[in-house]
Amino acid sequence: MSGIGLLLLRATRASLPAGARCLRTGRPCPAFAKELFMGKIETKDVFPFPEISNEELKEMNQFVGPVEKFFSEEVDSKKIDQDAKIPPETLNGLKNLGLFGMQIPEEYGGLGLSNTMYARLGEIISLDGSIGVTLAAHQAIGLKGILIAGTEEQKEKYLPKLASGEHIAAFCLTEPGSGSDSASIQSRAILSEDGKNFILNGSKIWISNGGIADVFTVFARTEVVDEDGDVKDKITAFIVERAFGGITHGKPEDKLGIRGSNTCEVHFENTQVPIENVVGEVGGGFKVAMNILNSGRFSMGSACAGMIKKLIEMTAEYACTRKQFNKKLSDFELIQEKFALLAQKAYVMESMAYLTAGMMDRPGVPDCSIEAAMVKVFSSEGAWTCVSEALQILGGLGYMKDYPYERYLRDCRILLIFEGTNEILRMYIALTGMQYAGKILTDKIKAIKRGHAGLALEMFWSRFRDSLGRKVDLGLVGKDGVVHSSLQESGKKLEENIYYFGFNVEGLLRRFGKTIVDEQLILKRVADILINLYAMTAVISRASRSISIGLRNHDHEVMLANLFCTEAYFKNNYAITELDKYAPENMDESIKRVAKQVLEKRAYVCSHPLERTF
Amino acid sequence: MAASGLRALVGVKRVIDYAVKVRVKPDKTGVVTDGVKHSMNPFCEIAVEEAVRLKEKKLVSEVIVVSCGPQQCQETIRTALAMGADRGMHVEIPPKDYENLGPFQVAKILAALAKKEGVNLVLLGKQAIDDDCNQTGQMTAALLDWPQGTFASEVTVDGEHLTVEREIDGGLETVQLKLPAVVTADLRLNEPRYATLPNIMKAKKKKIDVMKASDLGVELTSRVKVLSVEDPPQREAGVKVESVDALVAKLKESGHI
Repeated sequence: MSGIGLLLLRATRASLPAGARCLRTGRPCPAFAKELFMGKIETKDVFPFPEISNEELKEMNQFVGPVEKFFSEEVDSKKIDQDAKIPPETLNGLKNLGLFGMQIPEEYGGLGLSNTMYARLGEIISLDGSIGVTLAAHQAIGLKGILIAGTEEQKEKYLPKLASGEHIAAFCLTEPGSGSDSASIQSRAILSEDGKNFILNGSKIWISNGGIADVFTVFARTEVVDEDGDVKDKITAFIVERAFGGITHGKPEDKLGIRGSNTCEVHFENTQVPIENVVGEVGGGFKVAMNILNSGRFSMGSACAGMIKKLIEMTAEYACTRKQFNKKLSDFELIQEKFALLAQKAYVMESMAYLTAGMMDRPGVPDCSIEAAMVKVFSSEGAWTCVSEALQILGGLGYMKDYPYERYLRDCRILLIFEGTNEILRMYIALTGMQYAGKILTDKIKAIKRGHAGLALEMFWSRFRDSLGRKVDLGLVGKDGVVHSSLQESGKKLEENIYYFGFNVEGLLRRFGKTIVDEQLILKRVADILINLYAMTAVISRASRSISIGLRNHDHEVMLANLFCTEAYFKNNYAITELDKYAPENMDESIKRVAKQVLEKRAYVCSHPLERTF
Repeated sequence: MAASGLRALVGVKRVIDYAVKVRVKPDKTGVVTDGVKHSMNPFCEIAVEEAVRLKEKKLVSEVIVVSCGPQQCQETIRTALAMGADRGMHVEIPPKDYENLGPFQVAKILAALAKKEGVNLVLLGKQAIDDDCNQTGQMTAALLDWPQGTFASEVTVDGEHLTVEREIDGGLETVQLKLPAVVTADLRLNEPRYATLPNIMKAKKKKIDVMKASDLGVELTSRVKVLSVEDPPQREAGVKVESVDALVAKLKESGHI
């Protein structure tokens, strides 16, 4: 026992960031996903599937009409892509519609939309990638800092003009030497001698809206004196107006996709920023940046789903009319498979996005950053696959610039890169959960050490029962379960996956201890399982609701949900088995060795197949 | 009567959105409407726009919109309110009666409302894109015994008169009507604005009165019965001909010349 205990302790301590203490200091409203790391499911967070009120629904339907009409009639995506510019009259139309202030509260001239309603409009706005990114850069990140961490004065001063679109916002974090590692930025702000201004210097790259923005949220290093009187470098967030002076920008970058969105370098040279324009606290900028990024990611789910739904309409029309070998394309199973894939992915993305948005809209400050990151990873990769498959349905035509598919493909490639690369987000998803699990396990071990015999017995007992092959029951299925009877099988699969995933996590913590943070191939699998678990939960919850209230075509939903859950279940089982294995068995060792040799040589290592030695 | 005192009643119809591919029900009694996107009839949008523009020019003091149909019609009314109309009226029609609701019944409702509200201008779309009847405006004018200016491509208020430019075959006809009058909008009358989201929010505060046809003393029985609704015949693929002679031969063969 003590051996295991020690190992566990080492592991759990290691998974915490340096300096953190293993004290239980009032849990900050842990959202759903973290519990999965404990092999449990917090059903009340995700069942029933979140709903909006009839009032909101009516209002939403009112909003959808004109926005859809505007995008189908006034937006010429082909031209935007070709000219690499959104025409001013289109931008003005978007401003007039009110799309620049979707989440700004009504008292500041915005629409005050909830996350759910924002996600709904995102489905339409994403139909043009350039516009989608321009609007997101403005409000999902550009002005979000003022919204979530700004003072009343800052809100009053900036939000009304940002809501109307008179001013456009941009978010300036990335620097040439600082991409995913955003804590390493070099821009610096120094307090002026009179203490009234910060003098800002530095260069930012790849700033969306950088050339057209009037208001920037800028992150820069500042000197902060801590309690012990030591001077430390910490990041601070600032609201910087172009009018402050000393701001220049480079020419718009020539990009693969989202070509109509404005992306450029922004330089600050001795820009004077009044101290009132600090967002949040001096030195608290990194947290502000992370909060902004975490709060915006969920909307990628509905945006991608909106795009795929549109692609389904476009390609289905083609598949049902085009004939080859005297048969319609739609009669070929390999084409049918593609439509099943598109429908399934769209369904899963929608379910995840609206579940997450619904959780974020609950009272309190639920921390849904893991959930949002999962939505982002799943939907960006799903979108890439789906657009590629949609293009494939049209074959050669899909490759032509006369058709929009190649543009969609180029546009959606960025989704896997920006707002946190999928690689970084997978590490974030896995490590945040691991850290949480580690903390709880440490607490348990401590209790046992203090002589809490009951707990020790409980842990031992559950392990013993499992060794005998216990039936998993997490309260999802069965008579009192929250899952509808048509989805029982999927519910059972989910329960089983969650349960064994919990074991995985515990085992990994025990096995790797401190070094788990560096085991990226393992963490990737952990993240992938978690994403699948969340996706399964979302579709089961949504389909259960749809049947219960008798939504139109709910039987189709059940089919999609069961289809996805079965696929995900097998994938999870594979990953869970791999996680149980040690490196030589699961190929990780070979993968790393191959990469090492290639990278040492900085080239392909093998001899040419035509080469001879004799 | 001062022109600024004009009050306009605008009819708006909720129809299947123009971009939707309409499907006929298997039993041929009509088209599938369940779960299909609906929006305001485009010609009604033009009528609303015209009324709102007249109001912005201070020629009209109040714009009242009315829609007859199921509960969802209130969404259409809300759109009109967001475009700038002042208040709405929803004449709720039970689903059973709605199936048989034709131009005559709607005209009776509109005429009754025009009298009840004491309006002096009824603005309608020239026709709805679902049934393409093009009768409601004319019938309403007849029931009210008011002059009518149909297919309007320009409307000017001139004291107690309206000057209406009408789109007719091969040109334009300009007529002068003595108010009160009924005007129906054609495509080129104006380009309707978008109901912007902030205006939709503001329109939430505007009032919609709900009433039944019987409250207006209107009887809804119809003398028209729909026998069958069918898809247009599928267009068959054409053939390419090599020469003019071959073309003429083909045309003769098919009895076209």
